[in-house]
Amino acid sequence: MFAVENLKHAYDGTEVLNVAAWRADQGAQWLVIGPSGSGKTTLLHVLAGILRPSAGSVGVAGQDLTALRAQQLDRFRGQHIGIVLQRLHLIPSLRVMENLLLAQYLAGLPQDRARAREVLKALDLAGKEAAYPHELSFGQAQRVAVARAVVNRPKLLLADEPTSNLDDGRCQQALELLLSMAQACNATLVIATHDQRIRARIPRHFELKAAA
Amino acid sequence: MNLATVSLSYMRARRLSTSLNVLLLALGIATITLLLLATSQLEERMQRDARGIDLVVGAKGSPMQIILSAIYQLDVPTGNVSWQQAQELARHRFVKKVIPLAMGDNYRGFRIVGTTHDYVAHYGAQTAQGQLWRAPLEAVLGAEVAASTGLGVGAHFAGAHGMGGREGEQVHDQHQYTVVGVFAPTGSVVDRIVLTGVESLWAVHADQYDIKDIARIGELMADEEKEYTALLIQYASPIAAASLPRYINQNSAMQAASPAYETARLFTIIGVGVDVLRGFALVLILAAGLSVFIALYNALSERRYDLAVMRTLGASPAKLMSLMLFEGLLLALIGAVLGIALGHVLTGVLGYALTQAKQVSVTGMVWVNAELWLLVLAIAVGVIAALLPAWRAYRTDVAATLARG
Repeated sequence: MFAVENLKHAYDGTEVLNVAAWRADQGAQWLVIGPSGSGKTTLLHVLAGILRPSAGSVGVAGQDLTALRAQQLDRFRGQHIGIVLQRLHLIPSLRVMENLLLAQYLAGLPQDRARAREVLKALDLAGKEAAYPHELSFGQAQRVAVARAVVNRPKLLLADEPTSNLDDGRCQQALELLLSMAQACNATLVIATHDQRIRARIPRHFELKAAA
Repeated sequence: MNLATVSLSYMRARRLSTSLNVLLLALGIATITLLLLATSQLEERMQRDARGIDLVVGAKGSPMQIILSAIYQLDVPTGNVSWQQAQELARHRFVKKVIPLAMGDNYRGFRIVGTTHDYVAHYGAQTAQGQLWRAPLEAVLGAEVAASTGLGVGAHFAGAHGMGGREGEQVHDQHQYTVVGVFAPTGSVVDRIVLTGVESLWAVHADQYDIKDIARIGELMADEEKEYTALLIQYASPIAAASLPRYINQNSAMQAASPAYETARLFTIIGVGVDVLRGFALVLILAAGLSVFIALYNALSERRYDLAVMRTLGASPAKLMSLMLFEGLLLALIGAVLGIALGHVLTGVLGYALTQAKQVSVTGMVWVNAELWLLVLAIAVGVIAALLPAWRAYRTDVAATLARG
């Protein structure tokens, strides 16, 4: 589903990421683990096409990301990659439904309220369409963030530290949410984490070493 | 869901700052709209009132005062000119037509102007009721005068000595006017005066000449006692402009004044005040632009995560840029439309006040094409204010922003 090779990234001459090779199948579930500063977030950003690596190749869903022009890359990301950020980052001035429609609009896809409602229902958010993010509990906000990431039926679902700062119960909930939603649209799931609690639930691990 | 929805949602989220910016811009635009409407109408009306009058002749004094008093009925006259001199002037080969004016009385602040039927024809005034005067002490009311005083055909009134607006004027009770007609509105000076024959003005002062037969006062009065206040003159040929004013000024006790020259001078004088106000309005608009800039710039740092998130959702940098530009544009557009509307309302209020003061009237119910330029100006201000924030939004470093938080 995706494949990276000889991936290197450096900030101001300091190498922050070095991956010889890594590939994953469609629908597979992976953890990216490693100590702080080992480049987990950087790797995720490269997979998402947010960051162009200094060297190496990145292919996602058969598409060489390094070959895409900036605007094509934005479009590709919007349509095929879903991202759940650690701090959720819902747009505060938009209602729940509008946050989902925004994801469809910015991806250049038709705005499908039925699809948005279906995703919200699957995440137990029916009735919250008109709520503003500040009116939601943390758990609800997290589910909206997941809903926004999967509303376009991505092929690749990325999550950056989705469980850090959560208690054990919520940690499990969040993890199951990601797993079930990824499964529902047969997306490849990649979770970057240093959270020991979720290692057992996802057997495939990709380990990054601390930068030298 | 589109850029407009997102922009509007942000504007709603910052209601106070949004309304302040819109208000600032609207005030500036309203001031300029008011100036545009008022000056263009004043200019148009003053030109209309002076159209076809080549020269005004009055008693020696300020030419500006002669024009203001004789054509616009605003200032007090400089004095009187003798009937005999007026007759001589009418026979001059350069003079095509002389319309005499006799002034000095008013009714409830509206001037009573004695003249001939030529004056009525010159302004194209039509009677809406009744007919023109045929005898001394018959009067025809301008449309505004009739509306304001409530007098109609058949009513009687007494003129008061003076040009109006002062208390304790001497009222000519013993010589009452009879209203024989009311003019339809003309949009000219005729609307706000009472017209009558020149003999009427002589008649109300007939006691001092010891004449009892008012109807024949024109014949009974000695020619050397007859006086006019001013004469409106049409040239027989364009050459007259070069020689006639000088001839009058040098060879008579009268003063010639050119309406074209004096109104142009008047507008230069008014123009200074208009320029000051316009400058003030531009400062307001500039302040509004600056305020929009600061608001958008601050919003940018509040929203840097939002912008980064929108990039992860597939937005191109150009889209984020247009989002900021659109917000500036929308603020400017709302401010401009509100401002232009407010300007029209203010002009209407000013027009009402001027009508109450029996001055040249203006209305807020007209559209001037220059207002389109105001719209363009406002939009330019909005877009320029949004340029730098938009550029910064364009340059958002998604990975770095997200990595930080």
